[in-house]
Amino acid sequence: MKKIIYLDNNATTRIDKRVLQSMLPYLEEYYANPSGIYYFAQEVKKEIEKAREKVAKFLNATPFEIIFTSGGTESDNFAIKGIAFANREKGKHIITSSIEHHAVLNTLKYLEKQGFEITFLPVDKYGIVDIDALKESIRKDTILISIMYANNEIGTIEPIKEIGEIARNNNVYFHTDAVQAAGKIKIDVKELNVDLLSISGHKFYGPKGIGALFIRKGVKIEPVLHGGHHERNQRAGTENVAGIIGLGRACEIAEEDLKNTEIKNKKKKLKDKLEKGILEKIPEVIVNGHPEKRIDNTLNICIKYIEGESILIQLDFEGICASSGSACTSGSLEPSHVLLALGLPHEIAHGSLRFSLSKYTEEEEIDKVLEVLPGAVQKLRNLSPFWKEKKI
Amino acid sequence: MLQYSDKVMEQFRSMKNAGRIENADGIGKVGNPVCGDVMWIYIKVDENEVITDCKFETFGCVAAIATSSLATELVKGKKIDEAMTITNKRIVDLLGGLPKEKFHCSVLAEEGIKKAIEDYKQKKSKK
Ligand SMILES: Cc1ncc(COP(=O)(O)O)c(C=O)c1O
Ligand code: FES
Repeated sequence: MKKIIYLDNNATTRIDKRVLQSMLPYLEEYYANPSGIYYFAQEVKKEIEKAREKVAKFLNATPFEIIFTSGGTESDNFAIKGIAFANREKGKHIITSSIEHHAVLNTLKYLEKQGFEITFLPVDKYGIVDIDALKESIRKDTILISIMYANNEIGTIEPIKEIGEIARNNNVYFHTDAVQAAGKIKIDVKELNVDLLSISGHKFYGPKGIGALFIRKGVKIEPVLHGGHHERNQRAGTENVAGIIGLGRACEIAEEDLKNTEIKNKKKKLKDKLEKGILEKIPEVIVNGHPEKRIDNTLNICIKYIEGESILIQLDFEGICASSGSACTSGSLEPSHVLLALGLPHEIAHGSLRFSLSKYTEEEEIDKVLEVLPGAVQKLRNLSPFWKEKKI
Repeated sequence: MLQYSDKVMEQFRSMKNAGRIENADGIGKVGNPVCGDVMWIYIKVDENEVITDCKFETFGCVAAIATSSLATELVKGKKIDEAMTITNKRIVDLLGGLPKEKFHCSVLAEEGIKKAIEDYKQKKSKK
């Protein structure tokens, strides 16, 4: 295999070796089902509780408030369906934004079919949720607000603390999908006034298929997965022990890394270098997302007059992994709902390209992208009917 | 990402006949209502109604570019009547298949060729 330059870290990250090491014993020696009453099982159970403490500490929650799930998608489903079904006698109105991940959007669309009413709030050109529209949309029968912490495509960070206050003052539950925020910015559930918060291990150097949902003590919620008495009857299913241990370790490391200015500065510096380099070398490129309120590993651009899938494959020829929100890459043949919500026309959204860096990204890799991308873009622009006319 | 055949990737890499023909005898401009892609096909036709040159400009995905590339190759040296019979199915077959979601892209290539030939005929009848 040729050398991979992996710049798709908002899709998933490489597991930290320390995380992997922490997990291995639980795939091999300590295989007991933690529900057992014998010592062998209780030892495993104890480790699960230690991991729960680590996750809780990472979010400034109490261990009691952490439920392990199979990842971000399940956490979002649990939070939203769980609140909706437990509180439907109070009301059937839920508020969200138009740029949520599909794990939230499609869960809400499902609830819409079940008779719930959903308000999809607009965002500004940077992807920031319209706070006035939020205040106006709250009704007597509003039971939940669900707005993401950081957007996966464009990286914009939403004013979660402010939204949390509004939710609290109106006595409405507030859920945030913090899957892209975890490990990138500090998360403090107390400061943020959130009632429910989703995270996913594989987005911050942990394993895939494990996540957690923070549920504030006292929140009225119903389980989504029914079965045995696991996770205090909140989420049935034999625990993904190795995953849980790995998630705990990933949280511990992420907490240290967030305080480590060297790691932080390096990633930011490389992202800035990539952004500046692209804007210098390639004309007619638009940067998406908020200029400052943005997670510092994400660069989403639209390259005018060309299409995203073609550019992704050109990059792939050189071993560079990135992603796009263009219509042709989506399967549904619609451009990404996030880019459309920013007000970008279809033709511009067509040329979308996202690079997302990690703590493992090296300067040579960024240099390589800056070397390859301008030529690849020019090649495609030369065969674009619009390039010479500049007609978009 | 979708799985493309080797032949599709080959065409995408080589992009034969990419570009514009100045003073083309026929131009077929087609757009894809599904995803918003655009393809322009240019042809040069000689006095025996043989297509001597064919180029394309495409703003679209890998499948759109690969089918344009192959289609232009197919019609070169053919009489216009024969070129009119080229179907998107033939193009897809020659490319070793396309992912289901990408079938519509090949329609663009067929339409582009046909429109370019029609454009040529129209221009000729006006002369
Ligand atoms: C914002 C956001 N929410 C939810 C998810 C889903 O997480 P998972 O892949 O763990 O199900 C993702 C990952 O793609 C995401 O970026
Ligand atoms: S032309 Fe858009 S999907 Fe192929």
